[in-house]
Amino acid sequence: MATQAAEPLVEADAQVLAETIRVSVPERGIRHDLRAVSIVWRRELIRFRTDKLRAVTSLIQPVLFLFVLGTGLSSLAGRAMPPGVDFKTFIYPGVLAMAVLFTAIFSAASIVWDREFGFLREMLVAPVSRGAIVIGKCLGGATVATFQGVLLLIMAGLAHVPYSPLMLLTLVGELLLLSFTLTAFGVMMAARIKQIQAFMALTQMLVMPLFFLSGALYPLNALPAWLSVLTRLDPLTYMVDPMRHAVFGSLNISPAAVHALSPGVTWAGWQVPLGLSLGIVAAMGALMLAIAIAQFQKTE
Amino acid sequence: MSVHIDAESGPDGTAPAAAGRDRPLGSRGDGHAAIVVSGLTKRYGDIEAVRGIAFEVMTGETFGFLGPNGAGKSTTIKILCTLAEPTSGAARVAGHDVASERDAVRRNIGLVFQDPTLDGYLTATQNLRFHADLYAVPRAVLQPRMRQVLEMVGLWERRDSLVSTYSGGMKRRLEIARGLLHAPRVLFLDEPTVGLDPQTRASIWEYINDLKRREDITIFLTTHYMDEAENCDRIAIIDHGEIVAIDTPEALKASVGKDRVQISTADDQAAIAELAATFGIEAAVHEGAVTFSVESGEQFVPRLFAGLATAIRSVSVSRPSLDDVFMSYTGRTIRDAEVTAMDHNRNMAAVFRRR
Repeated sequence: MATQAAEPLVEADAQVLAETIRVSVPERGIRHDLRAVSIVWRRELIRFRTDKLRAVTSLIQPVLFLFVLGTGLSSLAGRAMPPGVDFKTFIYPGVLAMAVLFTAIFSAASIVWDREFGFLREMLVAPVSRGAIVIGKCLGGATVATFQGVLLLIMAGLAHVPYSPLMLLTLVGELLLLSFTLTAFGVMMAARIKQIQAFMALTQMLVMPLFFLSGALYPLNALPAWLSVLTRLDPLTYMVDPMRHAVFGSLNISPAAVHALSPGVTWAGWQVPLGLSLGIVAAMGALMLAIAIAQFQKTE
Repeated sequence: MSVHIDAESGPDGTAPAAAGRDRPLGSRGDGHAAIVVSGLTKRYGDIEAVRGIAFEVMTGETFGFLGPNGAGKSTTIKILCTLAEPTSGAARVAGHDVASERDAVRRNIGLVFQDPTLDGYLTATQNLRFHADLYAVPRAVLQPRMRQVLEMVGLWERRDSLVSTYSGGMKRRLEIARGLLHAPRVLFLDEPTVGLDPQTRASIWEYINDLKRREDITIFLTTHYMDEAENCDRIAIIDHGEIVAIDTPEALKASVGKDRVQISTADDQAAIAELAATFGIEAAVHEGAVTFSVESGEQFVPRLFAGLATAIRSVSVSRPSLDDVFMSYTGRTIRDAEVTAMDHNRNMAAVFRRR
């Protein structure tokens, strides 16, 4: 049967062939999958580039938190700060995480749009692995979100954070990891939720608790027991802490002040190493990516 | 410029059949089946959308699935495109089983759906490039091939416009171009002209006919427009999930053989009774007129006026069309069928929404 349908090019068509463009679609392989990852990723970038409004609007919220809330609260919270440390500097890493949080999850929402406008089908009927499409989506969301984070990094000076190259490099790496994990989380949800309204409502509902429980706006020590437990359950905590560590490592202040403001995450008194924190975020990202791929494997 | 599908060997590495080399230029239907379907059924819960159909489509053929909405056309096309799994039975497309060799089937088919599947935020070129990368079209041929398919559908000049600025007809043409980009062996068109104005419909058909001349391609399409089905080499008439007739449009029309007469009268029921009593003709009301078939319409009309006591307001005689074919096989006109299919259709839509 296969032989029958594998109809050869006809010699007699030579005349036609002279002006022919021969296309043969090769067998699926790793290079093909990588090409698919790359184009899905690039599409996210193209769409982000053409949607300037989105880039601006998703910056508004973090900027409000950093400069309006940060300035407004400094008169109050400033008294608790060690001398020479601005309250804005303290919340800066948390606001970075927040910028990435919104952008990453909303870029995952594009899957829901794609489903609504039919484009998802174009991707799902292609002879590529679903994994390639999901990974491309997550990388695209991660890149776009990290770019938003970088825009905030440019404003670091306004929050009295020095432009130390090592710190900036560390933060960009951490932003990438965080935004990939968050996009994977968004994509995992988008696999299940078919209506954009439902997706937006659900993510809004999840995003705010994630942010408030992450220690983005307060230090993690000396909390009441209930809040202490909740903060340790929030995956975002394990990303805000390394970012704060990077920021405070670059400040020229006493070790005691660093310890007071960036105490690190503890589990029942045990100091969680930074590597483990980052590992937790990476593991969550990998897990959610795997779930997302498995879910897209099942649809149509 | 013309494009050929390079099918020197199947993706599974099978050698080409030597016999095929002697095939003359432009010959179609050379005996190799591009699509083979046997005993295919599909159930959605209690609804049996496809009830055991079987047919073959030859390589190079344009094959049409004609039937009212809800007859099982879209379900069949979905199964052939590996978007739905058959409940029972089997189907092979381009030599590969649609259930067990999904990727191989997908590499060899092009799809144009009823609903648009373009990204409006991208330009036509960007949409095509996206498709090319998903289908691993070799980079070396991508530029000329893109130009070729865009020129074929008359969109080359607009290639760098955002698709969201395109009209409905332009979008459909771009979808056809995209479906052809990777030089599929079989092109599936699901209601390619539905929702378009008559002028655009005609131009879409020009592109399809042009395509048949240029590319060595098998086309499988569904339609519920009778006039469109005339463009096909062969037609399968599908009703209630079953194929009721399958042949060339000419053969199907010849099989009906009779002319169709439609009269509007002062009293339809009286006219029907009279036709039965006086001429022994069985008539029924279709589309608001008393309708019946006779061997030779123009000779019958004078006798009709002489013999019928009921006043006739108007009369029309038509040569057999595919409408008559549909009617003779199903007992209804396709428009009657659409009306009764509405409820069925709603049920189907509900099923699809739940999935």
